Amino acid sequence: MSEFILETQNLGISFGGLKAAQDVNIRIKRNQIYGLIGPNGAGKTTIFNMLTGVYKPTTGKIFLDGERIDGFAQDKINHMGIARTFQNIRLFNNMSVVRNVMVGLHNLPEYKCTVWESFFRLPGHFRAEKKMRERAKELLRIFGLEEERNNLACNLPYGKQRKLEIARALATNPKLLLLDEPAAGMNPHETEDLVKTIHFIRDNFDMTILLIEHDMKFVASLCDEITVLNFGTVLAEGDTKTALRDPEVIRAYIGG
Amino acid sequence: MELLVSTIVNGLSIGSIYAMIALGYTMVYGIAKMLNFAHGDVIMVGAYAIYVFLAYVNPLFAILLAVVFCLLLGVTIEKVAYRPLRGASPLAVLITAIGVSYLLQSLAQIVFGSASKMVMVYDFGAIKLFGVTLQVSTLVTLAVAVVVMIALTLFVKLTRTGRAMIAVSEDKGAAQLMGINVNKIITITFAIGSSLAALAGLFYLLKAPSVSSTLGAMPGIKAFTAAVIGGIGSIPGAMLGGLLLGFVECIATKITVIAPYTDAIEFSILIVILLVRPTGFLGKKRREKV
Amino acid sequence: MKSLKRINYSHYINYVVIAVFTMVFSAISLAGGRLDSSLLFLFEKMAISIILAVSLSVVVGFLGELSLGHAGFMCVGAYMGGKLSVVLEPVLGNAVPNLLISLVAGGIVAAICGFIIGMPALRLRGDYLAIVTLAFGEIVRSIFLNSSDETFGGTLGLDTPRFDKKYLFIFAFLMVLLTLLIVQNFIRSKHGRAVTAIRDNEIAARACGINVTKYKLLAFIISAFFAGIAGVLYSFSNYTVQSASFDYNYSIEILVMVVLGGMGNINGAIVSATLITFLNTKLATVLTGDLAVLQNLIYALILIVIVIYNNAPALKSFRDTHNISLFIKKLVRSKHDPASIKDDAAKWDVVPTKIEMNEILSIDMKPQNLGSDKPSKGGDK
Repeated sequence: MSEFILETQNLGISFGGLKAAQDVNIRIKRNQIYGLIGPNGAGKTTIFNMLTGVYKPTTGKIFLDGERIDGFAQDKINHMGIARTFQNIRLFNNMSVVRNVMVGLHNLPEYKCTVWESFFRLPGHFRAEKKMRERAKELLRIFGLEEERNNLACNLPYGKQRKLEIARALATNPKLLLLDEPAAGMNPHETEDLVKTIHFIRDNFDMTILLIEHDMKFVASLCDEITVLNFGTVLAEGDTKTALRDPEVIRAYIGG
Repeated sequence: MELLVSTIVNGLSIGSIYAMIALGYTMVYGIAKMLNFAHGDVIMVGAYAIYVFLAYVNPLFAILLAVVFCLLLGVTIEKVAYRPLRGASPLAVLITAIGVSYLLQSLAQIVFGSASKMVMVYDFGAIKLFGVTLQVSTLVTLAVAVVVMIALTLFVKLTRTGRAMIAVSEDKGAAQLMGINVNKIITITFAIGSSLAALAGLFYLLKAPSVSSTLGAMPGIKAFTAAVIGGIGSIPGAMLGGLLLGFVECIATKITVIAPYTDAIEFSILIVILLVRPTGFLGKKRREKV
Repeated sequence: MKSLKRINYSHYINYVVIAVFTMVFSAISLAGGRLDSSLLFLFEKMAISIILAVSLSVVVGFLGELSLGHAGFMCVGAYMGGKLSVVLEPVLGNAVPNLLISLVAGGIVAAICGFIIGMPALRLRGDYLAIVTLAFGEIVRSIFLNSSDETFGGTLGLDTPRFDKKYLFIFAFLMVLLTLLIVQNFIRSKHGRAVTAIRDNEIAARACGINVTKYKLLAFIISAFFAGIAGVLYSFSNYTVQSASFDYNYSIEILVMVVLGGMGNINGAIVSATLITFLNTKLATVLTGDLAVLQNLIYALILIVIVIYNNAPALKSFRDTHNISLFIKKLVRSKHDPASIKDDAAKWDVVPTKIEMNEILSIDMKPQNLGSDKPSKGGDK
């Protein structure tokens, strides 16, 4: 076990000539809530995409719990323990809420069932399905979505869609949860609720959380440490309060 | 030498026909983001239109009328069948296009019967060039195709409408915000594509003077293959793909052993190229935004 | 075992209907009752169409990829199974073992082709994949067309052993039952859920740890396997295999069955396959000569009208108030409460297909769920 659950070394990527991110070093300790902030186009989502294997980094290394994961396929990275949500919610819209979560449970060894077992409906199929459904319901209960479990995911209101996406990510049993602008489009009341939910996840799932956010109040009230990005490079990092007071950061946000 | 010259000329000629059809596919794809499966059948309609109009007017005028007819047909198809589905899933649009293709074929069969019709547009005769006998019609095809393609390239590059087309193909929403009438641009694209298809119909009649309801099916599929090889959405790509396919076809039919497998070879090339370059030679790689 | 008790029996209606149908006619046939040979031929054709439509809907309806080469897989199966049955004939005669071995072999070879053609499916999608499957169909046809007379009969086609028509249709329907069993079990399992997840949102599926490669290939393999079986049945039903029959138009006809049945709706595919095959046969006797084309014209019109009706964004509100499932619900309202879905499992078959191609192809991205029809702020409180 390494001290850091996630560690990047000189992480960088360029599209054509454009360096979307360079020399990004992030170190996240176990059970931290870590923020990644910065103005639009600073490369925050790009970093998420590198961490989850959507993009292959051009330079640098990524370590998850001491193991190198850069260059792995997305599903492999998920198996190793990183789950994420998306900036523009990506649910399986034509499936029911409970099924969305069950897709998240797909790869866990306790719900294993071979293709042959499902072709011929052997007992393994029923066992796996039953256990998955139970577990999915449990997760939905935590997020207050149990009542809506049989609705189509696309019919949920916005705030609940965000919650469902988090529930689905948690279902994959990750070590590290990446949340891409979880509070986007939420009203203050919902945001407050979200802060509680994130704390709850950290405490009850023994989770480390890395999140991207624009809402400074939200970040300040939630994150233990942050990294501030601008134009793909690290502007400031460390303890949230200190980093946010950094003159460079203030300049990047306010201009001048 | 003789073989070389005739292969080059014929390859260029067949290739330029494919390129013209492929342009129709590629422009419509680039701008309306849909695969117009009925495009090949517009070629057939063009050939039939020439057949009909020849009975009344001289060849040049008949060709002109056929082009106008196909232009109107293309625009009508777009208005009636495709426009209602704008914003629907691409699969739905594709299946409708397949339906339109079937519709045109069966309509042609009902109107003209299933037997093929002889159409002599004009007999250009043959000439000797570098000691090689060549059909003048082949050279005419090549010349017309080259002129049309140059004109089209200039049109897209230099005119206001052409630039609007590029804008729509890049980003429909942004183009609309810039005051471009997207529907009008799509209509114009269909009009241009269908006129090119009518010309392709003419070229097929010059090559072999008969028309049946399935005239356009195979050339349509092949030209689509050409457009995909070149990188669908790209105008130079369509030309490149068309010429490549034309040469392959020309060479393959000249070699007895593989001649029967010409189609199979062309399609295999498509699969191989797509495996190596999933967006064709000149296709733009679109990065999926996450 | 609570969830086990709640097996939704409506899933099994199609098995029951087809099984009863098969039993009744097998009983008549085996008891020496006289069944018209044209009727038996129609049954065989229906069975073949159902297998084709159900197997294609795995790829088109549930994986959400368009395949225009389904007849190609069928062609491979028909030739391979047909040839094997010819080879086996001196040993096994034209009896049941030969029939079964050939069916399985034809299916397996087609499945291998499905695996091969599934490979490009990993790198391509949408229209690109459609053209590759179309190309595959044409390549296969061209190879068999140009085969030598001794191997696959070339242009003359391959003659297959004459199995007794009395039981051929029974096997055809047993194959339908097998197809339904495996396809529906697959679709309603966690593996089928992974396939539908890929259709709904491939990026999210990957992020959930779904092995997209594996499931795309699997869907293609299953689809091709049953198409191959349908091909072998076809070769036995017609006593001959002609590569010309498996052209692009045949692939389209199968696609039409799937689309008319409602994509992703297996029962719909069964009904439309049966109906289209029946109409084809009946219309062929009524419409002769040049009139035969009318049939194609009608299909083309139906296809266009149905697709526009089902998909046009402008007709959405009209659709929501006038549709068949609503009509059926009204009819059976007496017992069930139509407003609630008893178990979400009931929703398996009726999910609308949506491919997120716009999203893949366009650079500009609109947040999917911020549509004007949804409250974007605080709607859930």
